[in-house]
Amino acid sequence: MSGKDREPVFPTRQSLGAMKSKLKGAQTGHDLLKRKSEALTKRFRDITKRIDDAKRKMGRVMQIAAFSLAEVTYAVGNNSIGYQITESVRQARFRVRTKQENVSGVFLPQFESFQAEGVASDFGMTGLGKGGQQVQRCRETYTRAVETLVELASLQTAFVILDEVIKVVNRRVNAIEHVIIPRTENTIKYINSELDELDREEFFRLKKVKGVKERAQAQEEEERKKKLASLKESNKENDVSEEPVESNTNVLGDEGDEDVIF
Amino acid sequence: MALPQSAYKDREFLAVIGDEDSVTGILLAGVGHVTDPPDSQKNYLVVDAKTEDATIESAFDQFTKQRKDIAILLINQHIADRIRHRVDNYNEAFPSLLEIPSKDHPYDPEKDSVMKRVKKLFGE
Repeated sequence: MSGKDREPVFPTRQSLGAMKSKLKGAQTGHDLLKRKSEALTKRFRDITKRIDDAKRKMGRVMQIAAFSLAEVTYAVGNNSIGYQITESVRQARFRVRTKQENVSGVFLPQFESFQAEGVASDFGMTGLGKGGQQVQRCRETYTRAVETLVELASLQTAFVILDEVIKVVNRRVNAIEHVIIPRTENTIKYINSELDELDREEFFRLKKVKGVKERAQAQEEEERKKKLASLKESNKENDVSEEPVESNTNVLGDEGDEDVIF
Repeated sequence: MALPQSAYKDREFLAVIGDEDSVTGILLAGVGHVTDPPDSQKNYLVVDAKTEDATIESAFDQFTKQRKDIAILLINQHIADRIRHRVDNYNEAFPSLLEIPSKDHPYDPEKDSVMKRVKKLFGE
């Protein structure tokens, strides 16, 4: 048959119609998905570039923050500050909430940092003895740094999700382009050839039937003609046989007459 | 691919795995959170030279898999290096994993697992 790869359908006109509409649908879907993939890729490249910049920026910000922490340690004068801080943690004041952003049908989460209401700072007493100012400044610096990190995290999450979605969309685009469309086309070709074949067979059959009928008619005609001819012949024969009887009688009569004369 | 809202609705904390200075600084910003007793869990882990890799891995697993209230996990890059295979294989959207530089180890974009993917996509 035509095509190695086709769908298992019966070659009927109905399935031909169904296949044609399927092909049309596949082409429309392919166009749409391709456009979606392009839109996503554009967004993706944008995000990738921003991540690249943000990561470098993060390097600098964290360096400044680390420096301000060093100032604190210097001002406080002993190494217990870190211990104090890690042990006095109770509840998070700095939290994030997640929003969604829709990019051509894909929901990208975005983190947004906020300060929780009604949660007292855990570090009210930190640096009370000395270095309180430095601690305050360090807190501000680190808050800003963590805000940058949160921003970067939302970019990165968007990056991970977009990467995944683009892969899926591209896989679909390729599946439609390289599998579904050729297969549907093959099926249509197969159905068409099969239908043509059927048409030719039907035509041939009709021709055959007509030939047989004509031959039968011709034979009948011939026979009828023969019959007619033989009927005529027999009629002639009858005429001929009657005449001799007449002549015979005549002859006989004549002879009898002559006999009678002698 | 829209993630269900339940996947991130409750995620509002940040978690930190890092050396003492980084953790101190980030906690100073008000990130730290200890859940209510009896099973009080901290959302940070201080790593020093004596901390074993297994401890880091279990904390990493706890922050990424078990706890459902963490939105972003911050990890020092030199600590991420110690459990690099885990970090590289991690590609969930939530919680988002972020490698941060520390005081003693400046940031190296070549090592970051996300930056590696960025580089790969740009064909470099």
